[in-house]
Amino acid sequence: MHRVVITGAGTVNALGHDVAATMEAMREGRCGIGSLDFKDVDRLSIQIGGQVHGFEAEGRYNRQQMSLYDRFTQFTLAAAKEAIGQSGLTFSGELAAKSGVILGTAGGGVNTWDQNYRLVYEEGKNRVHPFVVPKLMNNAAASHVSMEFNLKGPSFTVATACASSNHAMAQAFQMVRTGMAPVMISGGSESMLCFGGVKAWEGLRVMSKDACRPFSANRNGMVQGEGAGVFVFENFEHARARGADILCEVAGFAMSSDASDIVMPSKNGASRAMEGALVDARVNADQVGYINAHGTGTAANDKTECAAVADVFGPHADRLMISSTKSMHGHLIGGTGAVELLACIMALRDGVIAPTIGYEEPDPECALDVVPNEARDALVDVVLSNAFAFGGMNAVLALRKI
Amino acid sequence: MSVKDKVIEIIAEQAVLETSDVSCDSTLAELGIDSLGLVESIFAIEEEFDISIPFNANEPDKSDFDISTVRSIIVGIETLIAEQKS
Repeated sequence: MHRVVITGAGTVNALGHDVAATMEAMREGRCGIGSLDFKDVDRLSIQIGGQVHGFEAEGRYNRQQMSLYDRFTQFTLAAAKEAIGQSGLTFSGELAAKSGVILGTAGGGVNTWDQNYRLVYEEGKNRVHPFVVPKLMNNAAASHVSMEFNLKGPSFTVATACASSNHAMAQAFQMVRTGMAPVMISGGSESMLCFGGVKAWEGLRVMSKDACRPFSANRNGMVQGEGAGVFVFENFEHARARGADILCEVAGFAMSSDASDIVMPSKNGASRAMEGALVDARVNADQVGYINAHGTGTAANDKTECAAVADVFGPHADRLMISSTKSMHGHLIGGTGAVELLACIMALRDGVIAPTIGYEEPDPECALDVVPNEARDALVDVVLSNAFAFGGMNAVLALRKI
Repeated sequence: MSVKDKVIEIIAEQAVLETSDVSCDSTLAELGIDSLGLVESIFAIEEEFDISIPFNANEPDKSDFDISTVRSIIVGIETLIAEQKS
């Protein structure tokens, strides 16, 4: 078994177009959620989201690339470029042959589906662009990353709704840990902020019309976001040998399945995933200083998650910090665990705990230190990142300071 | 068919019961309708009467739309029809 470290990070999300801007926004407790801006938004009852603004494909990608890149692929490639650039790695020879890319997304090219359904159903066209399928497929982003950076090892895409990125990163971690690959590019992305994407979510009646307020007694639902987070997972010896700047260690992970309900969360499933991650990372519960919560801001998730944390950590639950950065960047669905991993890295590396903003009223069912509204300076050695998906599929990562 | 009969029909179908088993005093919980079933029922009612029901599953108690019994649901729908169709 090899130790695994992160040597590069990249992102595009509502808080910023790179890691520095995103972490600055998290430190300042800035909200990236605002009015949605796209065609037919006036026909939606939910009109807010963590939309990425000012990210233009034109100028960034050429005409041929743009005809192949859905917005979720565009975000992914920008984040991958930043992450791999930071790592200083170039992939050739044996390194290229063994290194791969595993990304998470729930919906893949949702904007491409939406635009082309419009053309054939609404506008009555009988012909679509030849690249509709390669543009919308869930593995398009991973494929383009592999082509752009010459990654020829194990590569695929994971779809487990809101836990997609965490499941993807757990797989990448496992491959580096077992020695199957020296380096894996991992993370995830999502872009379903379009008419059809938001309309589908509206139907479930769990979306907030005004704000995402995780753990606050007056929370009234989730708010969608969009973007990508991409990381370079590298064999520790490989990273050390080349003198790489190491951001943190990936110490362990666990996955669990509730096997109970298609949308309602389960305390038992969440607890088992957190417990499993601690065991896998070989850390005691009282070593964990911070948890980046799934924290969707729905009535059901937040109380279930807090009850699970109380079960797993016992008295230590009152000493650790837990926050939901979804309050700032929204819920990136399949990309959310990846963007939230940035808050974990910031906690370990910079000693800054990202806050849960929008927090207004204590909820006795969420009676933990949720780092309300303002970031906090604190030294932590071990952190967890939770993701609990619709379908009852959970994945928790454990990271350690290095 | 009256609003009452139609609503009872929709709720009975959701609960997999005969309409005669659904009374105005029944609560959705008594009929075995869970939160997903409730959201489905509200959708079916909106479609049937072409109205929009203000309901957020995160704060069912805060909604103006009272779902405590079948009767309160019928009254709520009649009110919404009067408001939204006028």
